[in-house]
Amino acid sequence: MSKALIVNLDKCTGCRYCELACSFAHHGEYNPAKSNIQVSIFTEDAFYVPMVCTQCNRPFCGEVCPTGAISADEVNEAYVVLVDPEKCVGCKMCTMACPFGAITYQSSGIVQKCDLCGGKPECVEFCVPNALEFKDVELTNVRKCRAYAKKIYHQKEED
Amino acid sequence: MDAWVGKILRVNLTKGAVSVEDLDQKSAHDYIGGRGLGIKYLYDEIDPKVDPLSPGNKLIMATGPMTGTGALAGGRYTAVTKSPLTGAIANSNSGGYFGAELKYAGYDMVILEGKAKTPVYLWIENDSIEIRKAKHLWGLETQQTTEAILSETDAEAKVACIGPAGEKRVKFACIMNDTGRAAGRSGVGAVMGSKNLKAVAVRGTGGVTVADPEGFRAAVLDAIKEFHDPYMSEVLGQYGTSDVVEFSNEVGLLPTRNYQTGVFEGAAKIGGAVIAKYNLRGAAKTKGCFGCPLACGRVTRIPEGEFKGAGEGPEYETLGALGSACGVDNPEAVIQANYICNRMGMDTISTGVTIACAMELFEKGYLTKKDVGGELAFGDGKAVVELVEKTARREGFGDALAEGSYRLAKKYGHPEMSMTAKKLEFPSYDPRGGQGFALAYATSNRGGCHIRNEVHCVEFFGISLMGIVKTGDNLDRFTTKGKPAVAKKVQDFYTMIDSSGICNFIVIGSPDADVFINLMEKGTGLKFGGLKGFLKTGERIYNLERIFNLKAGLTAKDDILPKRMLKEPMPEGPGKGQVVRLDKMLPEYYKLRGWTAKGIPSTKKLAELGIAT
Repeated sequence: MSKALIVNLDKCTGCRYCELACSFAHHGEYNPAKSNIQVSIFTEDAFYVPMVCTQCNRPFCGEVCPTGAISADEVNEAYVVLVDPEKCVGCKMCTMACPFGAITYQSSGIVQKCDLCGGKPECVEFCVPNALEFKDVELTNVRKCRAYAKKIYHQKEED
Repeated sequence: MDAWVGKILRVNLTKGAVSVEDLDQKSAHDYIGGRGLGIKYLYDEIDPKVDPLSPGNKLIMATGPMTGTGALAGGRYTAVTKSPLTGAIANSNSGGYFGAELKYAGYDMVILEGKAKTPVYLWIENDSIEIRKAKHLWGLETQQTTEAILSETDAEAKVACIGPAGEKRVKFACIMNDTGRAAGRSGVGAVMGSKNLKAVAVRGTGGVTVADPEGFRAAVLDAIKEFHDPYMSEVLGQYGTSDVVEFSNEVGLLPTRNYQTGVFEGAAKIGGAVIAKYNLRGAAKTKGCFGCPLACGRVTRIPEGEFKGAGEGPEYETLGALGSACGVDNPEAVIQANYICNRMGMDTISTGVTIACAMELFEKGYLTKKDVGGELAFGDGKAVVELVEKTARREGFGDALAEGSYRLAKKYGHPEMSMTAKKLEFPSYDPRGGQGFALAYATSNRGGCHIRNEVHCVEFFGISLMGIVKTGDNLDRFTTKGKPAVAKKVQDFYTMIDSSGICNFIVIGSPDADVFINLMEKGTGLKFGGLKGFLKTGERIYNLERIFNLKAGLTAKDDILPKRMLKEPMPEGPGKGQVVRLDKMLPEYYKLRGWTAKGIPSTKKLAELGIAT
């Protein structure tokens, strides 16, 4: 088993509750600017993209960190990349290395990223449309594969 | 303070002066926020007799304590001012992201005063405030304005602006925020235009705290659990409110041809299932306002043909006003008319119902081809689309339409053909279809409005509005018995929702008012003393609005509906033969409200509510 935070783009409505849940869990206040997950809104096409740390197996952020503050760990059957606030010196190298903008510098002087809330992500808990899920990533893709196959099958029937 | 951020931004456009002041804590506790706090400040600061389009009027953008918090659908702000359409209080509530962003910038309210010499827009970036020139934006549509401002400020900013309609002081111009959301009713956009204020753009990176974080989190989870009402979460999620069209038609109150009847033969052609075909995701949620699990918004596209276009909408009210009320059964014409209203910054309800009024005047021969500049028959979707744009720009006959249906009908000698209460055009529920909400239309402080008092939800949909109306209350929609009490209670309750910063659609879907009250208490730290105390605060706000209206010159004579509703029986459908029996309900309503027979709040009532006049 290997769990991950899954984003279902077709279910996201752009309500940004995930940003509220994340900032509240990590900072004790509702403040989307401090959220580790950020939703980009393209209303014209009803297209919304929540972006959050992908928890890379070989994290770009970790590879450039000069103090070894960024390391891999496992929580609730999930692989997670964590920042050690004791070791982080706030050099921001990681924020430049991450291609997704998923690790950010904070006014507190250190960097911050998604920690999967210790294995029970708050953004998932509060996402009513189920655009965000926390589940086994391998099985998820098998399910996606089956769903797509079904679509092709029905298309064939219609033809 | 928790939930409130505790600051007010005051901008005097005449002087170009900006100041920040502390939010008065007692006012916040007594009047909450949004609609309530807005009227408190407006009442204290302007003469209710002021000309609404003069620099002496003020425009207040007020968030509520729940705005920007994790309370479900807590993204609302309210534009509070004196209405140029009605001469009464205006309080237009809108979703999207703008309200929350204002709060994150550190302000519960923005008070806009005076009038700029030349067009300007306001740029708020946390504590940095700029009044910027907007000459290059004047004349632009709302979406163009928004894009231009985002490119010259910050791509992360949120923008509320007016379009050509607000600039031209169309009496029912609205303020559009986040391109597709509207503070729609009562002409708040015309007030903004009269101040030469094109837009307010805001970027905020601060936070909002709540009084009891753990309790609040639990209260939100409770609300989500309660919210899984099949109608709200499934039907409204799938179709938005467009699903209501066919329902309203079945129960015989879908306004048709300027409310001449409540049955529209073309209802199925503009119903939820048809509209879903234009929805970008079919029957799936396309657009959620800030923090909202419901996502009733529609993002649609007409791929080809004469009404080709893209944008947000339509929802039920638009389908009624620009559709059935004008006798139009072409969904693409209605949707296109909706897009134009959004781009021009104009209330779809008043626009549609005013055109419907013109169509009836034309049908009866009181308006000629010469007046209109062509034919204007019911059912002509193309004419509707053309008139919407002309109205926004006050071109030709559009100039007469831009004054609203009351002034239009009066101008052509037949004021009885205006389907309004307090000069505000009716929403898409014919009042003859339910006595309780007919009373609600007549007594609403802002005039003909369904959303200030959703008694229709009780009478037609059998929704208990969070259990505040019990099944023991009289729900038969054609009886007047017990309705004054229901109307009063729902009005007071909705006043609280509008003041909270939470969207009232969340409320319709929840079975228990305690869920909402609990959220408010855990968020603000206030104790309301149960539903009774909660309603009392709503009653205080409601009465202050009433006092404002009375001082503005309105009287009990304005608690009235058009003759058609009182004298002309509904000609067909399940409500056949019905008229509104207002005279049977008003005296009891006044009595329950603690008002005199002339509709004036008694000294005793005002003392009880702690209102000093």
